[in-house]
Amino acid sequence: MMELVGSDLTCVRGGRQVFRGVGFTVCAGEALLVTGPNGSGKSSLLRLVAGLLRPQQGRLKLEGGDLELTIAEQAHYLGHQDALKPSLSLRENLGFWTALLGGDAAKSGHALAAVGLDGLAHLPAVYLSAGQRRRLAIARLIAVERPIWLLDEPTSVLDVAAQAMLADLIRGHVGGRGLVVVASHGPIALNGAKQLRLGHQADQGTSP
Amino acid sequence: MTALAALLTRDLRLAVRVGGGALIGILFFTLLVTVVPFAVGPDLPLLGRLGPGMLWLGALLASLLALDRLLAMDHEDGTLDLIFTARVPLELAIATKALAHWLTTGLPLVVAAPLLGLLLNLDPKATGAVAVTLLAGTPALTFIGLIGAALTVALRRGGLLLAILVLPLTVPVLIFGVAASNAAIVGPVPFGTPFTVLCALTLMSVVIGPLAAAIALRQGLE
Repeated sequence: MMELVGSDLTCVRGGRQVFRGVGFTVCAGEALLVTGPNGSGKSSLLRLVAGLLRPQQGRLKLEGGDLELTIAEQAHYLGHQDALKPSLSLRENLGFWTALLGGDAAKSGHALAAVGLDGLAHLPAVYLSAGQRRRLAIARLIAVERPIWLLDEPTSVLDVAAQAMLADLIRGHVGGRGLVVVASHGPIALNGAKQLRLGHQADQGTSP
Repeated sequence: MTALAALLTRDLRLAVRVGGGALIGILFFTLLVTVVPFAVGPDLPLLGRLGPGMLWLGALLASLLALDRLLAMDHEDGTLDLIFTARVPLELAIATKALAHWLTTGLPLVVAAPLLGLLLNLDPKATGAVAVTLLAGTPALTFIGLIGAALTVALRRGGLLLAILVLPLTVPVLIFGVAASNAAIVGPVPFGTPFTVLCALTLMSVVIGPLAAAIALRQGLE
């Protein structure tokens, strides 16, 4: 049984302590909703789990995962930047991610359809709106199978229909014994998600 | 392997599409070499003597000019974050990016050098020598530049700082590149001596560049 455990995590960025002593546990088939005001460290926590930041202190452990891979290599990180190349078409962008992250090339067409962009597959990504760009980034989660999803404000630019689509995808992933960590201050329709509130001690602005 | 092949194909594609910037280096190289005869004057023997040095200088500056596209763009749009979560070693991934960068910015310089050699009154033998030394030496410029690109990746518009960091490290490549070209044209040193050192510099930079750049990128995680 897969279980992601963070214990006593402390994050310092630019000399400022973002959060201290944060702990959480997410098991397979569970979602964790990270909430808190701006600057409370939601994004930093996700980047920490994705291996894109190093914790000042504390441990991150994945039980029951693939021992030969790091947590980051078993995770999808969906950040604020969509990692799209404007001059490549949607299909080329998604195909690149699929090959880079080790997915099945045949699934990328299905993934485009799942986010409602299959009609635009040949269009260069420069013509996409912000919401469509985010949908294309979300297609990556479907095209490449990875057990852990780390979603940073995934709904911020999505319309109501796309938010519902994303909530469906998250529920599907959780139902398939996946593991989801979502940082959000907006409402996300996730029934039974665990909650982690950040921002109690961070607002004091203590320096390390 | 598929992941690296995909990275290589994507970078080559990006370079030749609109806004890819593959042509910036080669245009700069052409401009620089074209104005040299006007600056130096129509003294053909003098041009012939300066020719290899001018071509090498142009190639060096053109590679420096293109370096800030090597990693900075992928950092800005978040692609570098994805490369971190890919199941390939970071060293190999950025070495692949450097290879793609050399194929789109370094190799065109090698191809253009013989044509521009005509403007500098180089005879066929001298032209051949310059092209061969550029072929052997420009990968070193890219892979040494990779270290600078990794160090300055988080700085917006870090282009000038990048050039200042990288330029001193590329001086040996310039010295042995020009020395090998001149050895082939006028002697008295045999061509092989400086050329072997040039090849050694390239091989070393191909190994050390990606390792050092990966360390720099990982340090930047804090």
